[in-house]
Amino acid sequence: MSARPQPLIVGAGPAGIRAAQALAEVGLRPLVVDEAPSCGGQIYRQRLVPDERSSVALYGSEAAKAEGLHRDFAALTDRIDYWPQALLWSLREGKADIAVGGASRQVAYDGLILATGATDRTLPIPGWTLPGVFTLGGTQIALKAQGCAIGAKVVFIGSGPLLYLVAWQYMKAGVSVAAVLDTAPFSAKLNLLRGLVLEPAVVLRGMRMTAELKLKGVALRYGVSDVRIEGGERVEGIAWREGGGEMHLACDGAGYGLALRSETQLADLAGCRFRFDQRDRAWLPERDAAGRSSADGVYLAGDGASIAGADAAELSGERAALALLEDRGLPHRPERAAAIEHSLARVSRFRDVLEAAFPFPAHWAKDIADETLVCRCEEVSAGELRRAAADFSLSEVNRLKAVSRVGMGRCQGRMCGAAAAELLAAETGRAIDAVGRLRSQAPIKPIPLTLALGEIAREAAE
Amino acid sequence: MSRHLDIDVAIIGGGLVGSSAALALRGMGFSVALLDKGYCGAQASGVNYGGVRRQGRPVEQLPLSQRAHAVWPRLKAQIGIDGEFLRSGHLKLARSEADMATLEAYKRSVEGHGLDLELIGHNGLRERFGWIGGDILGASFCAGDGHANPRLVSTGFAAAARRAGVHVLESTPVQGVTRNGSGFALEAGDGLSLKARYVINSAGAWAGAFAEAFGEAAPISRIYPSMVVTEPLDPVISVNIGMEGGGIYARQVERGNCVVGGERGLPLDDPDFSRPRGDGALAIMNHAAELFPGLRHAHAIRFWTGTEAATPDKNPVIGPSLTTPGLFHAFGFTGAGFQIAPGVGEVLAELVRDGATSTPIEAFSIGRFGNPTSARTHPGSGAGQNSEPQQAGEFNS
Ligand SMILES: Cc1cc2nc3c(=O)[nH]c(=O)nc-3n(C[C@H](O)[C@H](O)[C@H](O)COP(=O)(O)OP(=O)(O)OC[C@H]3O[C@@H](n4cnc5c(N)ncnc54)[C@H](O)[C@@H]3O)c2cc1C
Ligand SMILES: Cc1cc2nc3c(=O)[nH]c(=O)nc-3n(C[C@H](O)[C@H](O)[C@H](O)COP(=O)(O)OP(=O)(O)OC[C@H]3O[C@@H](n4cnc5c(N)ncnc54)[C@H](O)[C@@H]3O)c2cc1C
Repeated sequence: MSARPQPLIVGAGPAGIRAAQALAEVGLRPLVVDEAPSCGGQIYRQRLVPDERSSVALYGSEAAKAEGLHRDFAALTDRIDYWPQALLWSLREGKADIAVGGASRQVAYDGLILATGATDRTLPIPGWTLPGVFTLGGTQIALKAQGCAIGAKVVFIGSGPLLYLVAWQYMKAGVSVAAVLDTAPFSAKLNLLRGLVLEPAVVLRGMRMTAELKLKGVALRYGVSDVRIEGGERVEGIAWREGGGEMHLACDGAGYGLALRSETQLADLAGCRFRFDQRDRAWLPERDAAGRSSADGVYLAGDGASIAGADAAELSGERAALALLEDRGLPHRPERAAAIEHSLARVSRFRDVLEAAFPFPAHWAKDIADETLVCRCEEVSAGELRRAAADFSLSEVNRLKAVSRVGMGRCQGRMCGAAAAELLAAETGRAIDAVGRLRSQAPIKPIPLTLALGEIAREAAE
Repeated sequence: MSRHLDIDVAIIGGGLVGSSAALALRGMGFSVALLDKGYCGAQASGVNYGGVRRQGRPVEQLPLSQRAHAVWPRLKAQIGIDGEFLRSGHLKLARSEADMATLEAYKRSVEGHGLDLELIGHNGLRERFGWIGGDILGASFCAGDGHANPRLVSTGFAAAARRAGVHVLESTPVQGVTRNGSGFALEAGDGLSLKARYVINSAGAWAGAFAEAFGEAAPISRIYPSMVVTEPLDPVISVNIGMEGGGIYARQVERGNCVVGGERGLPLDDPDFSRPRGDGALAIMNHAAELFPGLRHAHAIRFWTGTEAATPDKNPVIGPSLTTPGLFHAFGFTGAGFQIAPGVGEVLAELVRDGATSTPIEAFSIGRFGNPTSARTHPGSGAGQNSEPQQAGEFNS
């Protein structure tokens, strides 16, 4: 039998770990790469330096799951290859370019599972670039990985379950939480009652957190708009509108986020076909229920394929691995696959509920003040984008990028691309899916100029 | 949806060549349609390196290049934006005595063309351009050359043409051109038919098929120059840098990003598309860090390639068709059309209006490839089998 290169898994979060496990179980030896220094992904991120905090202190109700994943991944040590602190920066023709240890190594793979996760989604608001303002995820990472808070008196703003979760985690860590400002009206939360049937534990946990926040005297405000973060050198306060009234609060830290957005650049470089997903309000790579993309041998799992949460990530990671096994003619546990698909379908119904309870405030885009920065890497303001769209009569987001530089900087549009598209859509009176999507280009994240040309790392055989 | 347009001049391809011709023709009072299969300025003209240099061009290009040279500082007046044009000077480096001798010989050969080249030795280089490292022996400096932002300039010419009253029709691929009676009939996009007295073929890397349809094949190949850009840095590279014999070119934009080129990308399955080669891009990056010690700690944030038509003798095809009256060609710029394009646009406009131009262009005749250029009129036809309409915007920018 001629040797086939081994499968490659990008991401050692819940999705990637479960995928690796399923492949290793039948004797395949995948290579798992992750930028992070240790496994766990976003939610089960491990602290940078060991400290005295317990798992429960770090992961709360999810401590057992976190420990289970870390333990299961450690148990795979001899049966997989794992490169931590390894950035996969380009993909083409069955080969991956990976920056690791100061060199770029090229890896030939046969079967690719993308489990790249998600990052925070935001829309620019005045003051969002002031020191002391963090995304909700960043706010949480500060606590989880470094054990520090972003301020002594912190306000949380935005939409999505993470809003309440992170506020609650800060309160539990002893930080003064000044307020939680939810962009959706309270009535939207009533949708959660529908979710009780689907995911009772999750909904009840959320309700308990909200109740505990309230009990501690944290102001919970709904239907906020026109949010402005104020301050000279750094955050000093926050102003917003609510039911026609002007509100104001002093604070020295702000966590802001509007749920999450999938990291899809690698799927793009791998040649996957994309479609616009109304629920995630984003272009996502197409996939079937098993996680097969439109490109042969490329599988998609976890939040990188579509936002569904950590439990679903574990499931879709395993499911994608089973699909890879099936496509290779290896034992692939069809009954397990069917059970997973069933569970994932339920998660998807629950996601509809969550989206109704925590809607994205798309209507904010048209009101973004002209002087507010949209692209912080390239320092492009909302006004400059509007002018560029008008001057060059543009209605396509890649053309807007070409003339305004939005999305051309360090983050390559990962942070500002969605906001630029919303703004262009609002400005030209088009639907969000009619302004196109930013194309991805290598390197998907910055790489050092001195990155050495490494050897072809693995033509490796099974 | 079927539409009809009756105009003086139809221009196939809204790159910098087509857009500047459109603007010039409109200025002369012609009615003009500028057609592009994607977006104007989204191909080579919008994604190139941005070098605005005369130095290094074959001597027969210099009159045209000088003509364009006069346009660049007037962009603001002409298209409403300066396109970030900077007369920084262009410094061509020599790695060996032989390279230096080539630079000296070039200087002598272009005497009298207004380039005012200055040869600089090793010590002079250290004194004036101390930020250049590596084993560089000397250089040739052209103070009047510079660089500009191709994304802005090319989109800007098309936008100015639109404001001047040109019918700018994007996402409108020309599928067929035929000669009929005293003019041409064009089929384009989704049911658009045009009647035009003149046609300009400025379809860049796709122009060959249109020439061929009129019985004059040009030996055009495709090249895919590969680019790397860094994050914004403090000022390091103060001039547009080139290298004798090729290998690397680099400039730093006002915002601080350094743009570096040198290698070639690879075509994808569909040769309209290409991608930088990962190892090629790394080679450019390593080379840049070596040549410019100030970049040693910098990061690359983006790679890209573009699709460009190349000719065997590296000169473009510019001028009237030799088979079909009323048809004009301008393509095959072989990686160096950005600087001269605004001059080419003016020349094309003169050719349409007067049937002649004050700028010598004989060297660029399509006849030089020895085609069977019979005087009989060819019927013309489509864009060719392999130029399917592209999905809007799906290019390498
Ligand atoms: C900041 C943040 C905080 C969150 N907090 C919570 C929470 O508290 N509770 C909750 O229920 N959910 C939370 N979520 C959602 C939760 O993290 C996800 O649902 C879950 O982690 C998805 O798992 P995954 O395996 O799909 O991706 P992830 O866990 O995100 O893992 C993806 C991994 O891929 C790696 N990666 C991506 N691209 C590359 C590349 N090119 N090269 C190398 N490695 C790469 C990343 O380093 C990462 O480790 C959070 C999400 C974010 C973004
Ligand atoms: C990466 C790169 C770097 C370069 N660097 C430099 C440099 O530094 N300095 C320099 O002077 N030159 C440079 N060049 C060369 C320069 O960019 C080109 O020579 C010049 O832009 C050519 O202009 P054009 O208008 O002929 O072609 P293009 O800009 O390619 O325009 C042709 C247009 O025709 C359209 N088209 C094609 N087929 C059809 C059809 N059937 N119907 C309608 N429209 C059609 C295309 O969509 C395209 O927009 C570089 C080129 C590349 C690719």
